[in-house]
Parts: sequence; C-alpha cells; structure tokens
Amino acid sequence: MNPIGNLNKVFESRIRLGVMSVLMVNEEVNFNDLKQMLEVTDGNLASHLNTLEENGYLKVHKGFIGRKTNTTYAITAAGEKAFKGHLAALEHMIKFTK
Amino acid sequence: MTDQQHLQAITDIKRLMERSSRFISLSGLSGISAGISGLIGAYIARMWLVEYYTRWETSGAYSDTDFRTLKYRLIALALAVLAAALAAGTFFTWRKARQNNLPIWDLTARKVLINTAIPLAAGGAFIAGLLFNHLETLVAPTCLVFYGLAIINASKYTLPDVRYLGICETILGIVNLFYLRKGLYFWAIGFGLLHIIYGALMWWKYERKKTI
Repeated sequence: MNPIGNLNKVFESRIRLGVMSVLMVNEEVNFNDLKQMLEVTDGNLASHLNTLEENGYLKVHKGFIGRKTNTTYAITAAGEKAFKGHLAALEHMIKFTK
Repeated sequence: MTDQQHLQAITDIKRLMERSSRFISLSGLSGISAGISGLIGAYIARMWLVEYYTRWETSGAYSDTDFRTLKYRLIALALAVLAAALAAGTFFTWRKARQNNLPIWDLTARKVLINTAIPLAAGGAFIAGLLFNHLETLVAPTCLVFYGLAIINASKYTLPDVRYLGICETILGIVNLFYLRKGLYFWAIGFGLLHIIYGALMWWKYERKKTI
C-alpha cells in the first residue's frame, strides 16, 4: 500500500487544513472568527472555503445579524471522515519513514 | 511533501484545535484580584452588619426601615464588588492576552462569557425571587451554588482547572445551607479565599516562568 495515496490533496493547503481543524472542534464558526483564528485575508479565506464547500466538506449557512450578513460554516460528515483519513495518513507516514 | 512538512501540519492542526476551543488567556492574577475585592467587600459588609445589630441592641426593638436600608446597602455593595472584580479580572486577562499576542475578544472568549452568563442569569433571577419572598438567608448559598455551576459550565471553554474552583464553590454553597446565619463567612471564603488560592495556583502553574 502506498501511504501517500491516502493523503488528501484538498488538505495540502495549510489554510484549508486550518479551517477543517477549527471546524472539527467547533459546531459552527462564522467567517470573521475563522479569519481571525487563521490570520488570513478575506479573499484568500473565501476562495479556500469555496474549495472545501465544492468538495462537500462544509455546510454553509447564510444568516443575518440585524442587517449585516453572518455566514457560518460547519463540517459535514464527509468532511469529518476526510479529515480523519488525512490525519491517519499523516500519522502513518511519520511512523513508517523513521 | 517531506516528513518535516507532515510534522508541521500535525502541529498546526493541534494548535488550531486548541486555540479555537479554549480561551487560554485567563490570568491567575484575575482570580487573585477578584478574591481581594471579595474579601474587602465582605469586610465592609461585616462592619455594616455589626453596626445594624448594635443599633438593634441599643434601641431594643427591630426596625423595619433599618433592615431595609441595610438590605439595599448590601445589594449595592455586592454589585460594586462584582464590578470591581470584573474590571480587575478583565485587566489582568487582557494583559496576559497581549503578552501572548492573542486577541482578548474572540470566538473562545465569547463562549466562556455566554456559558458563564446563562447559569449566572438564572441564579440572579432566582435570587431576585428569594429577596421578593424575604428569604434573605438563602441568598449567600444560592450565589455560591449558581456561581459554582456557572464556572463548571464555562470550564469546557477555558483552562480545565477552573472546573475544580467551580466544584469547590458549589460544595461550599451547599454546606452553607446547613449554617444559614453564617452566609457572610461562606461568601468571604467562596468569593475571597477560594479565588485567591485558585488564582495563585494558576499563576504558579501557567504564568510564573514567563514573568521571571
């Protein structure tokens, strides 16, 4: 078995991996909190969130607080599975290349 | 990707999981300053109580106006102590957050606040009900129990050690129920002493090395 095959290409980006890490331990996180946590710019974060959504790893919920839009993100079951698989692959690689 | 990069990825994941789920800037000095405000408040309250009972003794009769004045003064004092404790507590936590280059107001801070506020608001309403029904002796134990439960609830989102403080406060409140007339002493222990002990332990455990 080739362990590199198990590493998820989507998570090669540090920001996408970061988004998934935050969402693994938080039920729902809004755009601004993600931005603050990951220290990235609006545009950068938005494009990575899009990629994750297209892969079916994120649920997006567009709401309002007063007149301001408040978009929140949550992880999907598929996202959780993919993230755990990626973690297992990382672990495997470190263990067996030593 | 190299091994180094894989390790880096795992470190990133771990850091972000921790950083986004727990508010770690809570300073031990916040606990100590809150405890000192609590002790000063208890001391003032005791002076007022002694004064009240002395007046009762000398006049020989219970006075309704005296009692009402005392009650409102004590409520005002409790609010002032709460404000002082919150202000000092926020200051030291703000300072610790700044030293560690972390934002003081973020997702985790909000979670701590909301999860403390819910049981505290319930406790506040409960106490208003006690005062309404003239059950003043139950106020101190109720404060301690609800405060303890509030902290236990918030401990999931901050330093896990806070949980033990919450458990101690809750037990103290329940014990107080069996020594009703000693409410002020339990208050002084719960809001004064326990905070100081907890704060000192936390400072020793998490902040000592960085300050020296």
